[in-house]
Amino acid sequence: MNNHELIRKLSAISDKLTGIEQKSEKRITLLCESANSFAVNKFLFEQLAARFCIATAIDSDKFFEIIYHYSYDQLGCVINLKVFVRDRQKPAVESITPFLPAAEWIEREIHDLYGIDFLNHPRMRRLILADDWPQGVYPMRKEAKQ
Amino acid sequence: MKQDVKKPVLAVGPFHPLQEEMEFFQLTVDGEIVTDIDVRLSYNHRGVEKISETLQFDQVPFLVSRICGICSASHPLAYVQAVEEIAGVTPPERALYIRTIINELERIHSHLLWVGLGGHFIGYDTVFMWAWKYREPVLDLLEEITGNRNNYGNVKVGGCREDVPNELIPKILKELDEIEKKTEMLTKAILDDPVLHARLKGVGVLKKEDAVKYAVTGPTARGSGIKIDVRRDDPYAAYGDLDWDVITQTDGDVFSKAVVRLLETFQSIKMVRQALKKLPNGPVAAEVKDIPPGEGIGHAEAPRGETIHYVRSDGGNRPIRHKARAPSYVNVPSFKASCIGQHISDVTLTLAAVDPCYSCTERVAVVDKSNRIVHDYETLLKLSREKTEKIRKSLGLPKINMEDLLIG
Repeated sequence: MNNHELIRKLSAISDKLTGIEQKSEKRITLLCESANSFAVNKFLFEQLAARFCIATAIDSDKFFEIIYHYSYDQLGCVINLKVFVRDRQKPAVESITPFLPAAEWIEREIHDLYGIDFLNHPRMRRLILADDWPQGVYPMRKEAKQ
Repeated sequence: MKQDVKKPVLAVGPFHPLQEEMEFFQLTVDGEIVTDIDVRLSYNHRGVEKISETLQFDQVPFLVSRICGICSASHPLAYVQAVEEIAGVTPPERALYIRTIINELERIHSHLLWVGLGGHFIGYDTVFMWAWKYREPVLDLLEEITGNRNNYGNVKVGGCREDVPNELIPKILKELDEIEKKTEMLTKAILDDPVLHARLKGVGVLKKEDAVKYAVTGPTARGSGIKIDVRRDDPYAAYGDLDWDVITQTDGDVFSKAVVRLLETFQSIKMVRQALKKLPNGPVAAEVKDIPPGEGIGHAEAPRGETIHYVRSDGGNRPIRHKARAPSYVNVPSFKASCIGQHISDVTLTLAAVDPCYSCTERVAVVDKSNRIVHDYETLLKLSREKTEKIRKSLGLPKINMEDLLIG
């Protein structure tokens, strides 16, 4: 197994991606829209057997990005799946927790801090924020003031 | 931000003046068998990722080394690797070796700390006293090298802040021999003890398929037969130049995790020794100018597993987003797979077996079917120790004291 074979395997989902960037042998970034997030994540975990590390949410003014970081340990290659959530009014993306329990906490955390909804999450409760934190205030969004 | 929090909350339960962390586990039980487990955390969320956005790239290592005192070498290392990836900087070789030495010494003291705590939970306080006693010289070495027992503050973007003086090398090598001898004795005492075999084997099993689903890392994964280690898979610092093995066990129980950590300690000693002998001469830091726009990932194998940092730069002097994930964030939720179906006397131990960043198990409550709290942490600790005692009696063994453990 080498890097080229990995790229070839990833091409199986190329119709669901909007781009593949390869910064080095050990770093690959896949780009996709929120509608395809579930399918691509499922492919990475179930077909490619990559290990889920964590997800990072970013508020990029006009849209949100959720970067799912996977590690393909055979090659020591980190695969970043960058998902664009473009609806700022009602940001939502399909939860991956139903097939990947490792994502339960981080999806709850992103929901707390950015107000992004994870559809079909089995236990969507607060993780970071206190129970009496006001509804609809998301501390990691750009509009939140210090 | 609107600050109209409805009412102040005084969370008495999960806090304790002796603890550095606040977590609360709630177990649901049927009789003495655990049927569900829930965790509440973030009682003291420090907002490290948000604070990081207000600091300059150079200041962030000091912040992230304080995410955890025990992992205070691996967090800044993962961070600077991410920034070095953005800036395209390669640190000088000597710096890479020094990073390796500090990180492996950290692993030795962290694993010994865990062995001690594990002993404490099952009523082997002798093991606790021993392991922590042997850990002291490791901390002394770290203090001599970096100036601090923890929070070393030695790593920076482009290299290291302080060199390891060549004159110190013979002393470190001598100390390592001593630490190795003591750890060997401790390891033999633990692995040869029939009570520990009976007490730890088959307890808190994390099956391989569950380990994959919960994406656990470090000794928690390696104890379940998953051969992953960032040091080998994506070599950083000087790990690619050293000769060492990834230790795995197949059973996934508490005993397997203990074996992995004990044997890893010897691999770490071996690595520090090699790194000291190979230590190249030269500068310890490369010059770093501006950090260009871009994003980078840095990961490092902390004592508890993979620590991963993501950094994004817009070309300014501060990160615009910095994500840090400590290994316990993925290791702790695997409790759902390893605790359910267990006897409550095994729970403290199973929770402690993933080495949650300092033992978070001090705040365990057991709830029966009618939602009454029936046991607190003290009772669970007592139950755990009583089970050990029962095993010891059934094996016809006398009560253990320090002299009995002296083997080899």
